[in-house]
Amino acid sequence: MSHHFPALLVIAPLLSAFFISGAGWLNRRFCLPLAVASLGVAGLSALSLFWRVVQQGPVLYRLGGWDPPWGIAYAVDFLNAPVLVLICIVALLNLWASHRQVEEQFKEKTGAFYTLYVLMVTGLLGITVTGDAFNLYVLLEIASLSGYGLIAMGEDRAPLATLNYVYMGTIGACFYLLGIGYLYIVTGSLNMADIARILPGLYENKAVLTALIICLVGLWLKMAFFPLHVWLPNAYTFAPVPSAALIAPLMTKVMVYVMIRLMLTVFTPGYVFSTLGINDAVVWFAVIAIVMGAILALGQRDLKKMISYIIVAEVGYMVGGAWLGNRAGMTGAILHIINDALMTLCLFLAVAAITYRMKSYTFSSLKGLIRKMPFTMGAFILGGLSIIGVPPTCGFFSKWYLITGALQAGHYGFMAALLFSSLVNVVLFFRIIEIGFFEPFNEGHGHGEHGPEPMNEAPLSILVPLWIVALGLVVVGVYTSEIITHVLQFAIPKAIL
Amino acid sequence: METVFSIKPLLAVLVSVAAVPFLIWSRNPNTRETWTFAAAFVKFGIVLSMLPAVLSGTQIVCKVAQVMPGMAIAFRVDALGMLFALVSSSLWIVTSAYSIGYMRGLNEHGQTRYFCFFALALSATIGVAFAANLFTLYLFYEMLSFATYPLVTHHQDQEARSSGRKYLLYIVGTSIGLVLPAMITAYALGGTLEFSTKGFLAGTGSPALLTALLFLFVFGFAKAAVMPLHSWLPAAMVAPTPVSALLHAVAVVKVGVFSVVRVITGVFGIDLLQSLHLSPVLTAVASVTILVGSFVALSQDNLKRLLAFSTIAQLSYIVLGLGLLSPKGMTGGILHIAMHAFGKITLFFCAGAIFVATGKKNISEMVGIGRRMPVTMSAFFLGSLSIIGVPPCGGFISKWYLVTGTLEANQMPILFVLLASSLLNAAYFMPVVYRAFFCTPEEALFENRVQEAPLFCVGPPVITAAISIILLFYPQPFFRLAESAVRAITGG
Repeated sequence: MSHHFPALLVIAPLLSAFFISGAGWLNRRFCLPLAVASLGVAGLSALSLFWRVVQQGPVLYRLGGWDPPWGIAYAVDFLNAPVLVLICIVALLNLWASHRQVEEQFKEKTGAFYTLYVLMVTGLLGITVTGDAFNLYVLLEIASLSGYGLIAMGEDRAPLATLNYVYMGTIGACFYLLGIGYLYIVTGSLNMADIARILPGLYENKAVLTALIICLVGLWLKMAFFPLHVWLPNAYTFAPVPSAALIAPLMTKVMVYVMIRLMLTVFTPGYVFSTLGINDAVVWFAVIAIVMGAILALGQRDLKKMISYIIVAEVGYMVGGAWLGNRAGMTGAILHIINDALMTLCLFLAVAAITYRMKSYTFSSLKGLIRKMPFTMGAFILGGLSIIGVPPTCGFFSKWYLITGALQAGHYGFMAALLFSSLVNVVLFFRIIEIGFFEPFNEGHGHGEHGPEPMNEAPLSILVPLWIVALGLVVVGVYTSEIITHVLQFAIPKAIL
Repeated sequence: METVFSIKPLLAVLVSVAAVPFLIWSRNPNTRETWTFAAAFVKFGIVLSMLPAVLSGTQIVCKVAQVMPGMAIAFRVDALGMLFALVSSSLWIVTSAYSIGYMRGLNEHGQTRYFCFFALALSATIGVAFAANLFTLYLFYEMLSFATYPLVTHHQDQEARSSGRKYLLYIVGTSIGLVLPAMITAYALGGTLEFSTKGFLAGTGSPALLTALLFLFVFGFAKAAVMPLHSWLPAAMVAPTPVSALLHAVAVVKVGVFSVVRVITGVFGIDLLQSLHLSPVLTAVASVTILVGSFVALSQDNLKRLLAFSTIAQLSYIVLGLGLLSPKGMTGGILHIAMHAFGKITLFFCAGAIFVATGKKNISEMVGIGRRMPVTMSAFFLGSLSIIGVPPCGGFISKWYLVTGTLEANQMPILFVLLASSLLNAAYFMPVVYRAFFCTPEEALFENRVQEAPLFCVGPPVITAAISIILLFYPQPFFRLAESAVRAITGG
């Protein structure tokens, strides 16, 4: 049984999607337990795979017993094992936090929501676990299509935002498919390891170069790398919070993972960083992404949009770090996949708690919130500190590696952009703290005990997962050393110094 | 040097954080304040229990967690850190008593929040004092910045809001914008962040790079209020007075200077600075701050703002003493951490006591106040003597050493800076005292009737003023700590 964990990871949520959608017709009460059970199975598989990778090294699984390159291979190594665990944890915690809201908000559509939810997770897990470039495309579409559905379930301008996302996302996925097509023409293979074995003899071939560039552009579109980010802010803002809290932490991060997978596994670091000669340009684009994300975030007047633009900046962190071409930068980028997913989840769960009570997520609805919802705001502030990069939260450590990488590469523009965005994040989060703390202004300059304003905290079902993530930020930060020495350092090829 | 492993430093840091839940869940204010006192006394007790070992030349080390390869959260108690921890933990007890008198006297809101964040701030302060490496120091430095924000903005009005903004802009802006890149560069150069008596940067980079790094650190630790990054301190005076007293005369600002001292001695090392010829530059920066700060103080009418500018000037004494790179000067500088603390906290306590008793903030409104509040104003007089640096107060000793340090380093201009500053200190403090006591009955704004602030407001300044005097006659253990810290730094 334990041998089949890589397959179980994808099959359990995939099959459960059918049952959940059936349960949605028959009895809605069964939807949530089914979703939890399937994601639980996936989570346990991911954990045990992670453990096995740490103990014994990479795991290769042949779907249906077919040998690669003909059959589809699922490969779990040091790079994707932590991402798999991350996806399951985020999906489960968000399920816990949002089930109340889902059932109150979607009513008869509850079954549809949970079906799409597990399908989305299926896609993400599949993208991460697969060792087959075409299979990755299939799962990417599964994740994307269910993601569109999840976002379109929102009210207001959600359908329009989704339509925009559908166009952009489809173009992105097509680019990726086209790139893989080129690679298939040149190498005759779709298995990543197999392609990697054949490619070095073909690096002079212009088609290989085109394939990589096209794939990258497609992925950048999917991960909202500035200036290809335009679909993201509206999609995440108008999405219902339970969907946004799943998609925002995971979708862009998994796409960054795919990019790194392409760079490290399918192509060789030597080709990507030396022969290709575009890394400097990409890092400069990352600089622009970070600076523009930060500036655009400053201009927003509601929480979800502000966080969306912060994500745009954070994508710049990861892309820039990965393309610095040194070990520290790559470590920072991979570490930031984990950290940023947790930070974004923390912020979005806090937004979920705020929306649950205040029915709004604009800045003006935050007035007096530190008194009204102290626990929610406490976790929100902790998430904010991590985004700013204050030790010992995890955001500090990935930023440390990214800046070290920039320093070693002599890329001072990237270093300055990281510091600039940290400073802007201070402004962003303390502006919210100011609104929550100072407004409405007290008459008489705050002397004398005021009558206690009613505390109106979110339900425990949101608060508990929220605080698990918030404290997780600190725990992950303190255990950075373990994560790097036991996992991440093996994920990066020795060729990268 | 002997090293002993012990979790005492960790306990000393954590004890006030551990008190926070008790503070929150206390049912009435008296229970809550009891918890504050309990935490303060336990903290002081733990610090004190490590004193004999440190005095005998032992270092107490404690590693909490390895957070990154080559980087740990770790504590090491040496003479320098001990001196600072001793000052801040002992003064927390006095300030807690004062807080009760002040906050209840003014019937302030949000007192639970106030005491909680005060406890957090003290944890961070001790964390900085005992930090064994630059990373740990930075961690607690940042924690202190964020823990003091709700204290500075306690009144939650428009003025507090804009002051809070300025506070964060200067303090967090510099720590992220300047210290963080400097720290990462130092780590890239030296391969470690562990403080050592000889520093770890010698021979790792070009002189220009190292000089730039030093200035990133000196200005980046903006809590030290070296000009031109000083103006957050006057703005922070919007906080309740006990906050100004303990945090903006002792804990926060001294954390800034302490960090600068640590970087100068533990990261760069005296020898490296000497070979880079950075002593004149450092002393020049400090001298400018001293003189300009004192001149600006002359023109202040708001008493707390005057004290703030005086603090800015006095903090640079410490930087100056270290910048001299001579043993006597460094001893004086380090000793000044303690001596200035007791003097300046007395002055702030007095300013707060006046505000509680009369509601007056401005010096021009305090003519003849000595007749109404003789005890407070006597304490004020003693505190100002300590700052000016004349007997019978402890400030004399540190200034004496600073002056002999300038002679030792053969820096005559600095000697004149110190003397001019003393004159300026007298020029802005003495009129306050003079007009409080000596005025014609027509000029006096107060009735000739003794009416002091509540006991909890008057007691603390009397105690700290008394300690200031005692420190002149009995400067141990601070003196021995400063001496052994300097011995460790110079290797002599």
